[in-house]
Parts: sequence; C-alpha cells; structure tokens
Amino acid sequence: MSELIPTIIAKYNYWIYITLMMIGLYAMIAKNNLVKKIVGMNIFQTAIILYYVSIGVKKGATIPISTGGHGAAHEAVHAADYLNPLPHVLMLTAIVVGVATLGVALALCLRIYSRYNTLEEDEILAQIRKK
Amino acid sequence: MFWQIDLAILTLVVVTAVASIMVKDLLGAAILFGAYSFLMCLLWSIMGAVDVAFTEASVGAGVSSVFFVAAVFRTSRRTKD
Repeated sequence: MSELIPTIIAKYNYWIYITLMMIGLYAMIAKNNLVKKIVGMNIFQTAIILYYVSIGVKKGATIPISTGGHGAAHEAVHAADYLNPLPHVLMLTAIVVGVATLGVALALCLRIYSRYNTLEEDEILAQIRKK
Repeated sequence: MFWQIDLAILTLVVVTAVASIMVKDLLGAAILFGAYSFLMCLLWSIMGAVDVAFTEASVGAGVSSVFFVAAVFRTSRRTKD
C-alpha cells in the first residue's frame, strides 16, 4: 500500500485527463444550452489530446527535432534522447478535426436559432411537441 | 518537464473548464474557453509537443474563440444555466 500511493500521485496527468473528460461529459449531458454542450464537447476532445500527448513524454528527453541539418556530420540518432513524436502528429490531426466539428455544430446552432428563436433545449423540445 | 509548472497549469485548466461551463453568460463562456485553450497550449509546450502547441494556439485559442464569439453575436447571449 505504501508503494501504491506514490505511484498514483506520479500519474497526475492521467487523473487530470479523467477529470477534464468527466467535466466535458457532464456538460454534454446535463447542460440545457446548446452552446454550453458544444463547449463541453470541445473540453472532451482536448482531454483526449492531453492523454495522448502525456503518453509521449519521457524523462530526460528533448523535443523531437534533429540537430544535424544539411552538411552536418552524420551522427547516430539515439531514439531514447527524444520524445516520441508519433502521438503529437496524430493529435495535430485531431485538433484540426475538432475545429471542423466546432464549425459545423455552431452552424447548426445558428439554423436552430433562426427557426426556433431560442438555444435552450427544453424550449426547442416544447415547440416541437406543440406542432 | 517541470512538475511544479505542470501541476499549477493543470489546476488552472480544471478551474477554467469548470468556470466556462458554469458561467451564466455565453460570451463569458466563449472567452473562458479561449483561456482554457491557451492554458492547454502552454501545457503542451511544457510537455515538449511544440507542433501541437502552436497549432492549438492558432487554431484552438484563435479560430475557435472567433467562431464562438461570432455565433454568440448572431444568437442570444443570455442563458439559464
């Protein structure tokens, strides 16, 4: 048990990622306003990106940029000296896709507002039921 | 990766996330979400993901905030929750 507690505390990045994910999930489920739901969706996405970037971190490693350029002497690259760049590249795509989904969601919000004149979910559902 | 800065920014990230879904003004929620994205950008530059950090600073904190402010400007600003 005494070894377990430092192990849990040392992984605090993952605890914060779980916390942010649950905040986003709560906002998507429980909030009544559509813009608040979209903010929750974005928080959920950045939580997943935080998880992936946390995987690539190594102790005592530098950023994944090779120092030897054109004309420099050829030297062996030690992979243990660099962070793992694969999760970074994957998450670069995820950020751009996140902005695309945000744009589509806000455009749908504008259409809903022009038709129902409100962004609250319960008022929209009441207007749909009345018809 | 300095764990002191990391822990401080992680705390601020959670605070801004909770504040942006709890505030009763949608323009305030948009601005707090921009602050959240910028803190995430700082977090990624601390973790060594510099490419993700500048994409987040331009796309996440910049374009997303502009989208939110434009959407709030064209719809209503007040909300019940």
